[in-house]
Amino acid sequence: MAEVALDRESGGGPLRAMGGVIATPELATLRTAGSQAPGFGIRGWIRVLLADIRRDWQLYVLLAPMIIWFAVFLYTPMYGLQIAFKQYSLFRGIDGSPWVGFSNFVTLFNNEYFLRAIKNTLLISFYSLVFAFPMPVILALMFNEIQHNGFRKIAQTITYLPHFISVVIIAGLVINFLSPSSGIVNVLLAKMGFEKIYFLTIPDYFRPIFIGSNIWKEAGFESIIYLAAIAGINPALYESARIDGASRWQMMRYITIPSILPTVVIMLIIRIGNMIEVGFEYIVLLYQPATFETADVIATFIYRAGLQNNQYSIGAAAGLFNAVVAFILVYGANRLSRRVSQTSLW
Amino acid sequence: MSGFNLYTRGDRIFGIANASLMLLFVLSTLYPFIYIVSASVSSGFAVSSGQVVLWPVDPTLAAYKHVLSDRMFWISYGNTLYYAIVGTLASLIIMVPGAFALSRPRLRGRRLITFLIAFTLWFHAGQIPFFLNIRDLGLLDTRIGIVLAFACNAFNVILLKSYFESIPASFEEAARMDGATDFQLLWKIFIPLAKPALATVTLLCLVTRWNGYFWAMVLLRSEEKIPLQVYLKKLIVDLKSDDGFASRLMTAEYSFETITAAIMVASLIPVVIVYPYIQKYFTKGMTLGGVKE
Repeated sequence: MAEVALDRESGGGPLRAMGGVIATPELATLRTAGSQAPGFGIRGWIRVLLADIRRDWQLYVLLAPMIIWFAVFLYTPMYGLQIAFKQYSLFRGIDGSPWVGFSNFVTLFNNEYFLRAIKNTLLISFYSLVFAFPMPVILALMFNEIQHNGFRKIAQTITYLPHFISVVIIAGLVINFLSPSSGIVNVLLAKMGFEKIYFLTIPDYFRPIFIGSNIWKEAGFESIIYLAAIAGINPALYESARIDGASRWQMMRYITIPSILPTVVIMLIIRIGNMIEVGFEYIVLLYQPATFETADVIATFIYRAGLQNNQYSIGAAAGLFNAVVAFILVYGANRLSRRVSQTSLW
Repeated sequence: MSGFNLYTRGDRIFGIANASLMLLFVLSTLYPFIYIVSASVSSGFAVSSGQVVLWPVDPTLAAYKHVLSDRMFWISYGNTLYYAIVGTLASLIIMVPGAFALSRPRLRGRRLITFLIAFTLWFHAGQIPFFLNIRDLGLLDTRIGIVLAFACNAFNVILLKSYFESIPASFEEAARMDGATDFQLLWKIFIPLAKPALATVTLLCLVTRWNGYFWAMVLLRSEEKIPLQVYLKKLIVDLKSDDGFASRLMTAEYSFETITAAIMVASLIPVVIVYPYIQKYFTKGMTLGGVKE
């Protein structure tokens, strides 16, 4: 029975966490498949497994490379996570390094830079929630109100495009535009009689730049999910509203927005669940020591401590903390979204 | 929503305001692309002195000529092509059969395996253990390491698995009645039927490989192996602060800015070329497997 419960989590959870919605038939088949297993205990189960492998050996051959891949590349590192509780030395290796209990964590939580990284992670997430999260909703509503099909298609094509572009290019564009000597922003500032500003070295500008460029990159693409929700609204609602003399604004206000609200709530919960993930690969490209004060997040802290300064145990401990908090948040968000989606329109 | 009549004044104003706002957003999305193309074909002096705002000034192909004669550009471009093509093939070769096997109810232990795979979406060991594992495997600074270490991810496996599951059982029954083995079943029945899901996953893998830079930067040491995005990162982020480098590159014809612009354009071209297919499969295809992005 325990496995059944676990399965429910595995089906509904992770994809939701990634912004996806899982089809329920999968869960149904999972459960029926499980009920075939005879209850002879582990030995009996292995005997049945061996018989199955003999009968359907090709199926297990097809499966094997993928199982090996997950074991080697994702589960072996989980075993390696123990160095968070060890004083890792390159020569002794993971198993040979001495245990040190929680001392790496004590070091971390006495480190003002790590505490700053936690604060920055939460603040960047919070500001993203306030400023970036509503943008795709607004965009979807706007797309929906555009009457000219050609214009709408072109607008969608153009605004989805930045999602598929490398963060290196995005960072290159940002650096280029904000460059103090030739950047277009400073050229315009100078033309208007203002002083030139080296934006990327000023801590106060980092978060607006980061969040703003993320909106530019992702808002269009993220509107897809809300457009899908809008497409599911019953057209009869609009027709009867029109007969009653409702304006387009009123139809948007009283039909479209309430209809997509459940989707918005679910997406909001998912975003809160992913609070700890803040696109550090992009931050690494944009930040510099002058802006660490506002830009350094947990993942960039780990990158510098572990991969650039070889403090592997400290990096692993910070990573474990990060992963556990992320796990709790995603798990909680997932439970919450399931409850919301059951009681709401879906 | 199309086919609405604009019958009141208020509605018309609403429509115009909405379309104008949308136009503004579209133009601001488009502007950086236009600028970067313009900068790449303008003279170095015009860009450095801030004359290029929208259209090219003193048009010249000098930056492209310089880039095309840059050895590192070709090496890194070739590497990116290699990682994108070989990496995507590796992903498909491992994930498609695996997801197919996982989608068959007769596979013993499939609930547990599915859970263990999905679990990796929830919990990952983090950068440091992942890195140490790659090092212990002897895959640091190897091309095969880059190809293998990122071959699978749980999201794609579940997407493929759900799609295979959505194929009616009658196909399998009929094929097995005719004596098809599981290899034949996958190759002759399921792969042809799952083309939309395969296209989606292929494009996902290609785009991720094309754009990825972080782990390539961390795991590769030798310049001969780095992909284009890492080379571009070195130019834009690391060398930008090195004024000596930037001014050494500067001639009347091209400058550091026009060269990086030209490389960015060169890196964007393949994405723009496959973009119509991406759009087709991402916006429609993602809903096919019961998974919405």
